[in-house]
Amino acid sequence: MSQVDFPILSLLTFLPLVGVAVILSVRGEDAVVASNARWAALWTSMIIFLISLLLWVKFDQSNPGFQFIETAEWLPQVGLTYKMGVDGISVLFVMLSTALVPICILASWESITVRVREYMIAFLVLETMMVGMFSALDFMVFYIFFEGVLIPMYLIIGIWGGPRRVYAALKFFLYTLAGSLLMLIALLAMWDKAGTTDIVTLMHTTFSPQVQTWLFLAFFASFAVKVPMWPLHTWLPDAHVEAPTGGSVILAGVLLKMGAYGFLRFSVPMLPDASAKFAPFIYALSIVAVIYTALVALAQTDMKKLIAYSSVAHMGVVTIGIFTFNAQGISGALFQMLSHGVVAGSLFLCVGVVYDRIHTREIARYGGLADRMPAYALAFMLFMMASVGLPGTAGFAGEFLVLVGAFKVSFWLALLGSAGMILGAIYMLYLYRRIIFGSITRADLRGILDLSPREIAIFAPLAVVTLWMGVYPSSFTNFFEASVAAMVEHHQAALAVTSKLAGVIR
Amino acid sequence: MMNWTIAIPEIVLSCLGMVILIIGVLHKKSNAFHLCSMLTIGAAIITMLLVVAGSSGVGYSGLFVEDSFAVFSKLVILLGSLLGVIVSLDYNTEENLQRFEFPVLMLYATVGMMIMVSSTNMMSLYMGVELMSLAIYVLAAFARDDLRSSEAGLKYFVLGALASGLLLYGISLIYGFSGTMSFDRLASELTSLGNTSPGLIVGIVFLVTGLAFKISAVPFHMWTPDVYEGAPTPVTSFMATAPKVAAIVLFVRVMITPFGHLLAQWQQLIVLISLASMILSAFSSIGQSNIKRLMAYSSIGHVGYILVGLAAGTEIGVRGVLIYLVSYVFTISGMFACIIGMRRRGRSVEKIADLGGLSKTDPGMAASLSIFLFSTAGIPPFAGFLGKYFIFGAAVNAGLWTLAVIGILTSAVSAFYYLRIVKVMYFDQQEAPFDARPPALTLVAGISAAFTTLFIIFPAPIVAAASSAAKVIFG
Repeated sequence: MSQVDFPILSLLTFLPLVGVAVILSVRGEDAVVASNARWAALWTSMIIFLISLLLWVKFDQSNPGFQFIETAEWLPQVGLTYKMGVDGISVLFVMLSTALVPICILASWESITVRVREYMIAFLVLETMMVGMFSALDFMVFYIFFEGVLIPMYLIIGIWGGPRRVYAALKFFLYTLAGSLLMLIALLAMWDKAGTTDIVTLMHTTFSPQVQTWLFLAFFASFAVKVPMWPLHTWLPDAHVEAPTGGSVILAGVLLKMGAYGFLRFSVPMLPDASAKFAPFIYALSIVAVIYTALVALAQTDMKKLIAYSSVAHMGVVTIGIFTFNAQGISGALFQMLSHGVVAGSLFLCVGVVYDRIHTREIARYGGLADRMPAYALAFMLFMMASVGLPGTAGFAGEFLVLVGAFKVSFWLALLGSAGMILGAIYMLYLYRRIIFGSITRADLRGILDLSPREIAIFAPLAVVTLWMGVYPSSFTNFFEASVAAMVEHHQAALAVTSKLAGVIR
Repeated sequence: MMNWTIAIPEIVLSCLGMVILIIGVLHKKSNAFHLCSMLTIGAAIITMLLVVAGSSGVGYSGLFVEDSFAVFSKLVILLGSLLGVIVSLDYNTEENLQRFEFPVLMLYATVGMMIMVSSTNMMSLYMGVELMSLAIYVLAAFARDDLRSSEAGLKYFVLGALASGLLLYGISLIYGFSGTMSFDRLASELTSLGNTSPGLIVGIVFLVTGLAFKISAVPFHMWTPDVYEGAPTPVTSFMATAPKVAAIVLFVRVMITPFGHLLAQWQQLIVLISLASMILSAFSSIGQSNIKRLMAYSSIGHVGYILVGLAAGTEIGVRGVLIYLVSYVFTISGMFACIIGMRRRGRSVEKIADLGGLSKTDPGMAASLSIFLFSTAGIPPFAGFLGKYFIFGAAVNAGLWTLAVIGILTSAVSAFYYLRIVKVMYFDQQEAPFDARPPALTLVAGISAAFTTLFIIFPAPIVAAASSAAKVIFG
């Protein structure tokens, strides 16, 4: 199956820890240590990103199954194996994670001044956990990485965050932990039933509809918190506002995707009946999320909070797409997840740029930045438009596909789902107007500097990807087309079996 | 057939204890504490080797058994005692407790524990429990000039004596109504509820009560916070590890071997104790400001989780208990090594707030203490997670859903107060640095942290050993 001989996914997963070891071994003056830690972290994450490009090149797009599979004995007596592999659904998320980490490290170059070494270590550990989670092919391995993400993120928010960081960090941790622990019970129940936690085997294990209902609810507790779906989203604005810029980027870019990925990887393929049964419930929550959080976003006075609420709305579109169970909807959801990862991450970086200069995120404190920061205004505009879903930018294709998928399910679902996009345009344009246009009224804004070369180096690749995803989406959709088609087929076959069984019993 | 050789580890350890005692008395210099501690460590290591090399079988007319279940438990117990002696070395010197009886008492407590886990008869069970308890009563009151320590010793003694009384009363009822004290004979007679009498059931209840006292399960936990807080910290560390392991292992054997067929009768009891322990621990730990008291409540919670495995009453459950105990001993020993290291200007401090900003003043200690805290909270990838995984897996397997769900929810609650300590160390204002850590504590904390972190990578040997140990008692 595997096209390359060496274990590329394990390498990607554990190479960051080598970087951690290097950083830990640095001794000397604080300034020297800080500088060395920055460079070591940047080099490590760049090398990892370059290696992950191999996945892009070698991935067989026509194969719907898992590729780059690695297995190692771990606990053979109880049916636990260390197993890694990616399919079309996960491969791009692995790359998203490896791409965002160097950008985050670069974005934190100057804004993190205290305990730089620990910060870089936390980021590299976080990278290990994220990549491991997306490549895990064993539920237990997945769970370990899924939970392991909490520890570095808790520290990143709690140590380098804003004034209410302790509250935000604890809220983030406990919300997600409580959800994941219920998933642990579901994991144990599946392990008990199937005797293994191998994801591929579990996908082909049938659970009775009643068991499926309970398992679905347990999964839902975990993934809905992580997505986050309304009304479990309240940890997100707090965490985003208090986290340092790099933390916000990873949170929006990758961590929110973990929940939706969980739905795609576990809930839908393993529990088809329960997923179908709960789909209306998910639609309802998603529509509330799309409309309600968009309205909440409109009322925000803090830039980061506004973008955080917009993330909840965008993820609402993703959950609608996943639970349409058709190829367009799921592909759209995947594309929307990827584009949101890039775009929301970029928007948080945009906020970080002005925050580093003026040290406030109050929207009212800004205005007229176009005059002093033309390059910044351009970058911000691009990402803002992508977030709105303007055709030709990354945000369009995903939302469009999801709506096409939703139309197949119900007209009202599509209509209400698209309401979020209109509201999205309103709050984003309103935000942009208040920050960039107008005349400069504050004295400290007169001397504000435009993007530095380092910041341009951060934004340039993100802008390129945003446009690329908008202009030529099929270079991304090609990756997951086969896997999504197989998944839809599997789902329909499973439902057909159940209805046939129901007919027999009746 | 006497088959006396199977008890060689216990015999050798007892003899070495006497030799160490004589050396301590005859030692010309004023203080033999350090020498005796070192000899005790040596004796423990020799005993471990003997345990590994020893043969298995039943001896002493069915009073004593050496099987892989006992061997596994003895190794964990000896390890716990070993770490206990090591962490006491510097503390006792600093606090002027450097009397040579200290390690010898630990040694005899360990002999008692080894007898406990090997007992196959109510009589040897009781002897083991008493030998362990008497030694620990003295240890708890070891700082005899300190009011809190004396109080702790007295409290522990009075309540412990009460528990022993209950235990003995239970044993006498069981004997009276069944005519035997041997586990095997009890097992063959009590094959169904039909041939048990209500008196025997009452006896089992008393037995459970007495043992619940020893493992400090709710509602028999009252002594724990006071004793943990008052006793000298190395003694607390010792009490939280080895004796707890011994009592739990004994509990498992006594419930499974003779009364295994009556599972339906005692399962309810264990489920209730377990639920109460988990819930009480999770909610009463929140308000604690003294770290030793917090550890007491936390240990009550651990007992609750471990009893989930016993409540399952299956081989998988017992395997879970054994795996949990291994991770528990390492995590708790490491945590106490850090707590013993909390000293400012030659005096130990015990408030959680004293850890403020530790990540700046002593990053190594802060990192390892965080590892232990995350591990006890059951967060992967640390050892505590695997323990919980196997325990709750057994509960799910046995269909104990209530227990599994409530256990999971209480562990989310308990994560709150463990995280609070991490918060104090990493996010809070910096306090004055602690005194330089003695190398012994660094060693224990380092070994424990390494084990806690790396267990997830190499769990197979321990899981395999636990599996075969669990298989034995289900015969």
